[in-house]
Amino acid sequence: MIPAPFDYIAPSTVAEAVSALEEAGEDAKVLAGGQSLLPVLRMRMADPGVVVDLGGVTALRGVREEGGSLVIGSMTTHHDVMRDPLVHHHAKLLAQTARTVADPQVRHRGTFGGALVHADPAGDLAAPTLALDAEMVLAGPSGARVVRASEFFVDYFTTALDPAEVLVEVRFPMFTGWSAHYEKFNRVAQAWSVVGVAAAVRVEAGAIAEARVGLTNMGSTPVRALAVEQALLGRPATPEAIRHAARHATEGTSPVSDAGADIDYREHLAQVLTGRAVTAAAGV
Amino acid sequence: MPRITVHVDGTTYTDDVSARTLLVQYLREHLGRTGTVVGCDTSNCGACTVHLDGQSVKSCSVLAAQADGHEITTIEGLSGDGGQHPMQQAFHDNHALQCGFCTPGMIMQAVDLLSDTPEPDDQQIREGLEGNLCRCTGYQNIVRAVRDASRRMRAGAEAEHTGETPAPRSAEERTAQPTGGQS
Repeated sequence: MIPAPFDYIAPSTVAEAVSALEEAGEDAKVLAGGQSLLPVLRMRMADPGVVVDLGGVTALRGVREEGGSLVIGSMTTHHDVMRDPLVHHHAKLLAQTARTVADPQVRHRGTFGGALVHADPAGDLAAPTLALDAEMVLAGPSGARVVRASEFFVDYFTTALDPAEVLVEVRFPMFTGWSAHYEKFNRVAQAWSVVGVAAAVRVEAGAIAEARVGLTNMGSTPVRALAVEQALLGRPATPEAIRHAARHATEGTSPVSDAGADIDYREHLAQVLTGRAVTAAAGV
Repeated sequence: MPRITVHVDGTTYTDDVSARTLLVQYLREHLGRTGTVVGCDTSNCGACTVHLDGQSVKSCSVLAAQADGHEITTIEGLSGDGGQHPMQQAFHDNHALQCGFCTPGMIMQAVDLLSDTPEPDDQQIREGLEGNLCRCTGYQNIVRAVRDASRRMRAGAEAEHTGETPAPRSAEERTAQPTGGQS
């Protein structure tokens, strides 16, 4: 299977990419790493007239520290996110999550920003991005704007990005010294997560001083498990206390039944995997 | 129609391709490098794995246009001039294939794994190959072959370093001499 014909545009700057998108209108698709888009094009599930390839926009790649934030360029690959020393140091949860995405070949091509903009509810990177309260920097025809992760993910495969906008980078607060774990349940490497749980904690004197928990595939968008975070605060970092708090994992979720699992099973997984993720993160 | 210049297995090619041409299609249909095969066509099976600038990728999920200016190594460019690559030899010696269709991708991915993790344990080998499907072998002999290749390549690298021919360390290795130093 090969994609339907399209015009291919390869800009070298964000400004060129934005004007190409503006000119093409609704008929354009942005190509990042292509690990979701190319299969979709090949299976003819999408048929854009114009494909704008961000591969040559080198400014969009890389991780840096800036103004007290950890900044990840949207075209940074999963492979580079999982290996990056700054990510390990300041947002370990992202490295832990990136290493579970698909398989090595896909992680070599697939990008952090591409996965977020694709906004598949079963995609792994949105939950930690939400849990860590990231800010998304978008560039469009009228300049740049910043959207918080909590407002970025709108619905199934839908974000706050306008058709002529490009995700430039994602800024994270520093979670230096936190420990983290991403626990997911899927059948095989290439299968989507049935449910995933992203957990980051700061343990102080044997108790959980701070916690962030995000859920994958428990609704049309990633869900932040605020009730779990609240229930963990100040509790001893023990498996029993964590399991107890993890029972709140279904609060605020709206999972669906599909070929992968029904609602009851997803709710069960959310609680069990939250327990495992937080326990592993706390190292107990 | 994009004009691309790619370096494939040491040769530079410049071609006009239609935008929708996949890298695997370009390799097979334009360059005749049919050693790289198309398996599932849905980026699951990894049979089409090649190296793009030294990193393994599934060439059915890369456009030829995206490879413009980059270096591609296929299974046909792996061995160089000195016979088989140690990974190819290890697959042969360990009976790591039955029908052989997944083999080009398996070998390319296994070489990528060892360039990153020269001495993987079985779990790391299995995780390193999780993007490659084999429907015949049950993977046991594939894992064994990668373990064997890891030994040979490290022995080869050491020999290159010290200028000595490494002594075979196991019965398996005695029956198959390391080809040494090609990585």
